Amino acid sequence: MKDAVVIAGAAESDELGKLPHLSTLQLQLGSARNAMADAGLTKDDIDGVACVGSPIQIAHSLGITPAWLDGTGVGGSSFLFHVRHATAAIRAGLCHTVLITHGESGRSRVGAARMAMGPDSVLGQFELPYGVLGPTTTFTIPALRYMKETGLTHEQLAEVAVAQRRWANLNPRAAMRDLITVDDVFASRMVAYPFHLLECCLVTDGGGALIVTSEDRARALGTAKPLVHVLGTGESADAPIISQMEDFTSSKGFRLSSAAAFAEAGISHDDVDHVMIYDAFAHVPIYGLEDMGFLKRGEAGAFIAEGHTSPGGRLPLNTNGGGLSYTHTGMYGMFAIQEAVRQLRGEAAAQVPGAEISVVLGNGGMFASAATLVLAGHRG
Amino acid sequence: MTASRKPVPKPTPDTQPFWDGTAAGELRVQRCAACSRHCFYPRPSCPACGSGELEWITASGRATLYSYVINHRPAPGFEDDGPYAIAVVELEEGVRMMTNIVGVEITPENLELDMPLQVVFEKRGDMHLPLFEPTGAGL
Repeated sequence: MKDAVVIAGAAESDELGKLPHLSTLQLQLGSARNAMADAGLTKDDIDGVACVGSPIQIAHSLGITPAWLDGTGVGGSSFLFHVRHATAAIRAGLCHTVLITHGESGRSRVGAARMAMGPDSVLGQFELPYGVLGPTTTFTIPALRYMKETGLTHEQLAEVAVAQRRWANLNPRAAMRDLITVDDVFASRMVAYPFHLLECCLVTDGGGALIVTSEDRARALGTAKPLVHVLGTGESADAPIISQMEDFTSSKGFRLSSAAAFAEAGISHDDVDHVMIYDAFAHVPIYGLEDMGFLKRGEAGAFIAEGHTSPGGRLPLNTNGGGLSYTHTGMYGMFAIQEAVRQLRGEAAAQVPGAEISVVLGNGGMFASAATLVLAGHRG
Repeated sequence: MTASRKPVPKPTPDTQPFWDGTAAGELRVQRCAACSRHCFYPRPSCPACGSGELEWITASGRATLYSYVINHRPAPGFEDDGPYAIAVVELEEGVRMMTNIVGVEITPENLELDMPLQVVFEKRGDMHLPLFEPTGAGL
């Protein structure tokens, strides 16, 4: 059996939302300090650093001398990739305790990297000339094809936002908490047909961080919180630009990364108590539930509309309120992992009773990269 | 001029044949000499079989509407266009590309998936962009 690897510390930035008084680096470092405190560790316990951007900067700012660095930056899924890579590195003996941190001034853009792509890039030549304006005009394009192929209705698409708001309503840290109806979704501004504003994620500032180490080391160090085991992981990719996505009704990355994670964990779908699926837009959880194998093609819209993913439902999904209602800094994956850890520790705002196994699906870019984590509150 | 604010693509050595084609009123894509499959965007080797023997061919210009959004929050340069369709079309040769739909009022009712389209070219700066209109719209 492989050495057990755990998430021993997990915390978000003190504040989420509109934070023009905090830079990207401050959000990264503040989250890192919170996660170390959560684990009961100091910077001298850390010998590996992962982030999107410069792990050199993070290590240097905190006074960590790294033996292992990972700057994988493949979009909002990157932090799931970091957990997977850290798990492998710890098992290989490359390092023993890894800090993974995220901070993003997604709304206020303070000290934020420029995202513009050149006119000679693949995106700049073959997508930007057609008037795309970020994810709302690209991530959304596959949805009408999915609707035609499966019969998903506009009402069912809106129900995704309605269901997630029910969870956000139970979460004091969620940005949007008032319950909404399908009519409210339809009455919100049309952003990019068929997507209304309430079917698009928030844009916020915030951060989060994790401490990953071996179970043995966590126990030896005497970390403070219940350990969350990394049972299985997977990663893959589809196309770098949305127009070249292999199948507009299914994410290849979602399918492959999830199959790998479930196989490594040795679990079946019936074992799963709780699911987090990256929800930049309302259609993404629909693809996720099907591509992860919980449901067959075309079933997820009705499943969500019938309340099965809502509070009290049999497959609790996006229980923090998700990117649609909780927070979305631009690279949301960190927050999906944070909520899974809270659920498995039994400390979530909207706690799923007895949650022991959680699966987290991260998306990067526009269905471009994907990673999946199977996490457990005990060693499976 | 508003139109001049719209993004203008800048060719690279690997994409120059595509843009030379649009300037000549032709939609060119690559075809693998080994397995006969077409591919788009331009690349050095066939993503299906791995062969490096790719040749440029002129596509028929016929396509179908694969999927789209109607964008209500215009990108810079598109402010005067009204809601516009950012579409992905499937060429008769089997490859897909992003484009705009023109030659028809942009409403969900007018844009049915799988409807037949034909390529037209729009001059922008020194470049020519492949756009698509419903078959017969320009006749």
